[in-house]
Amino acid sequence: MIATRIMLFLCAGILVLSFTATASAQTESRKGGHSITDAGFEWPDAEQVSRVLLMKDHNTRVVVLGVMFLGLASGTIGTFLLLRKRSLTADALSHAALPGIAMSFILMHLLGGDGKNLPGLLIGAAVFGAIGVGCILLIRSTTRLKDDAALGIVLSVFFGLGMVLLSIIQDMPGGDAAGLNRFIFGKAASMLQSDALLILIIAIIVVITCALIFKEFKLLCFDQGYARSQGWPTLKLDIALMSLVVTVTVIALQSVGVVMAVALLIIPPAAARFWTDRLRNMAIGAAAIGTASGYLGATISALMPKMPTGPVIVLVCTTCFIISMICGTRRGIIVRSLEHFSLTRRVGMQHLLRAMFELTERTQLERIAFDQLLDKRSWTPAQLRQLLRRARAQRLVFENADDTISLTEFGITEARRVTRNHRLWETYLITHADIAPSHVDRDADMIEHVLGAELIERLEAVLDKKIPAKAVPPSPHPLGELA
Amino acid sequence: MEWSALHTWIVIVGSLCAMACAMPGALLVLRRMSMMGDAISHTVLPGLAIAFLVTHSRSPLAMFTGAAVIGVLTAVLIQTVHRYGKTDTGAAMGIVFTTLFALGVVLMRQAIDHVHIDADCVLYGAIENSYPFDNLLILGAELPRAAVINGGMFMVNLILICVFYKEFKISSFDPALATTLGINAQVMHYLLMIMTAATAVAAFETVGSILVIAMLIVPGATAYLLTDRFGVMLILSVVIGVLSAIGGHVAAITVPSWFGYTSASTSGMMALMSGVIFTIVWITAPRHGVASKMLGRLSLSLNIACEDVLGMLYRLEELDRNQRTSLPGHHIREAIMTRSLTLSLAFSRLVRSGQLTRSEAGYELTSAGRDRARNIVRSHRLWETWLAKYLNLPADHVHMPAERLEHITDEQMQRQLEEGIDQTSQDPHGKSIPPPVPPASHA
Repeated sequence: MIATRIMLFLCAGILVLSFTATASAQTESRKGGHSITDAGFEWPDAEQVSRVLLMKDHNTRVVVLGVMFLGLASGTIGTFLLLRKRSLTADALSHAALPGIAMSFILMHLLGGDGKNLPGLLIGAAVFGAIGVGCILLIRSTTRLKDDAALGIVLSVFFGLGMVLLSIIQDMPGGDAAGLNRFIFGKAASMLQSDALLILIIAIIVVITCALIFKEFKLLCFDQGYARSQGWPTLKLDIALMSLVVTVTVIALQSVGVVMAVALLIIPPAAARFWTDRLRNMAIGAAAIGTASGYLGATISALMPKMPTGPVIVLVCTTCFIISMICGTRRGIIVRSLEHFSLTRRVGMQHLLRAMFELTERTQLERIAFDQLLDKRSWTPAQLRQLLRRARAQRLVFENADDTISLTEFGITEARRVTRNHRLWETYLITHADIAPSHVDRDADMIEHVLGAELIERLEAVLDKKIPAKAVPPSPHPLGELA
Repeated sequence: MEWSALHTWIVIVGSLCAMACAMPGALLVLRRMSMMGDAISHTVLPGLAIAFLVTHSRSPLAMFTGAAVIGVLTAVLIQTVHRYGKTDTGAAMGIVFTTLFALGVVLMRQAIDHVHIDADCVLYGAIENSYPFDNLLILGAELPRAAVINGGMFMVNLILICVFYKEFKISSFDPALATTLGINAQVMHYLLMIMTAATAVAAFETVGSILVIAMLIVPGATAYLLTDRFGVMLILSVVIGVLSAIGGHVAAITVPSWFGYTSASTSGMMALMSGVIFTIVWITAPRHGVASKMLGRLSLSLNIACEDVLGMLYRLEELDRNQRTSLPGHHIREAIMTRSLTLSLAFSRLVRSGQLTRSEAGYELTSAGRDRARNIVRSHRLWETWLAKYLNLPADHVHMPAERLEHITDEQMQRQLEEGIDQTSQDPHGKSIPPPVPPASHA
């Protein structure tokens, strides 16, 4: 635990350091002295901001809209990818597409065509992406290597092949691979109107396909075995899903680059997951986060110098992710720790009540000394004092003049209920699960807090002869002293 | 193409790099964390960028400090997102490494005019420029900087693995056992992360960030298919790494010339070569290879076909009141639904080994064949009786499982089954269970 905390502290330190490094680079450059960045860093004025935000320039409009559509498509399809636990497949796939791009460049060039014909390059990328996915499945099913190694092998070997082909292209007479580099780093800023249009078309296709076979994809994500047993063509559905992923990745490659394409597929759905448990809402949320990140990222990069579009979009996505992870209403850290907190409080209180009841039961004395209670469970004096303070506030216990503690009427009712639940469960374990009486206390200790009225009724029905109605039965095992 | 000192150095640098990568890589493969190698080789980029921005230098000390810190940071962040965000590990990796990579690219863009760090070099590596442009003076000898750094990294990894050999071994296979033995599996985990990050940085300038992954994972994965022993796997992965480095460079200067080009990217070719070696091993590995598994399956199905033919002829003789019976081959083929090629092989094998004779009328059991067949039918009926008695299977449900089990039942198991069914002599279908073949006829 301490080690983890130290590391978290270190991480925070690094992040701060990196930001100050950037910031100091910028301030230094403004002073005009020896600086890391040569160009002066100037904040854009209101005029520029409004021009970019409202997309008044044609170029900005194309880039911002293109990136937004890309975020939309990636977010939608990424949702299914995330739920199928295939996020890293997208990573392998986007790297495996590189040799496809180089190969189709060479083919088109040798056939006398224009090597940089975009649809041609994208088809090549898609073909190799598909081959890569096939290889991953093949390695996984025919060797004892697991998913992770299969992904790593395909990713790196295919990328190696791609680099070999790119270096050969450099060598070709008249071949110029300069334009192909954009598939690695991406060049969103130089997006053309036709590129943006292509992205729009793909986004529409993706959204419509997902909407049409939503139910099928849903079943594929959550219970593939059931889907197959119901006669759904799961393999075909899987292929359909992966083809959509390949298409989106390939389109994303040329505008934001390999790594950023992966980020757009993974991060928005992961962020959306914190807000909802419903698949449809998650898909819509992911699409919205993807679109918004695209918009924000592209505008920030247009406004600030030396801010490459792809990475900025990813950083915006991550910001959304961090906010969602902390504040998400469904699985966010705050919500979950609140739930955890209230559960711990309830459990603690019920333990206190049962401990007091059992002491009274044994000693037949209603006045219980603090030390007696302290010995009953493994709680520290401070914990116990705090519990008692809360119990007093809830009018469950009261303090006598001689510093002993007693249960109130209300407290007794509650304590009887809790103890009865505990012993019902213990008896059930002994009679129906064949567990030794000396072993049931621990199990019952955990389960007693979550026994609802319905379950209690069923327990009573099952144990009808053994437990008198309403009464608290004696403990089925000796109540040991914690000596 | 002439082989020059440059080529020798490229091969040496490549080999050193592959050797340094192979050991942590093999550990990553064993721990099913290969993609952690991918994540870390991406995230060292911001580590380097920050080290440059802070120190304004390319000194190895700053580089390795940045890498070590970022390696641990990556592992911690992935763990944090996984645990507190309830995101699955793959997605957590994807989120963390793309984010840190993006941060690295932005930082590099801020610093690009001042520090000598070139995006192309980071991605592709510059192994071709390793000699003589970038030399260091070590002990009076002029050595390429890349050779010194990668060689040093190899030594460090080697020493670490030798020192913590037992700890790495146990914590890789059984973290719970490691904990009970007093080995801190967490510490080993982070040590491996630091090693991976430092190795990635060392290899960075040589083969580029993506191909580091090939050097890390592919040799380890290949070795994993070849052996079941930890030490052997480490050694094999180093050897495979060296082979792919040498083969890669040779291929880089020869293969393109077949198509009329001068040369190709050496680092790309090294990755490709490791892939080629992996494919060869994948197919031909003695125990885990595709070919040997296929052969094993073939010989099993051939064996089963042989036994099925014998059993069928035996039952036929039984029906004909133990008359010697011949049956035409196509009748057998119709009855036994196995691939026709397998059956043909089975016939020829049985005839060759003297268990069947072939005549005009068809196939007939020899006495050796009859003994073996009797044994099989005995196993079959013992199983049927046993299954009916102990698993309460109805009589029409015992045939199929017995049909499978008869092929793997030896004498000892027959005896146990016989005891289990109290020496009953009839199976659930009312057929008699043949007594064991007397040992005399074995000879």
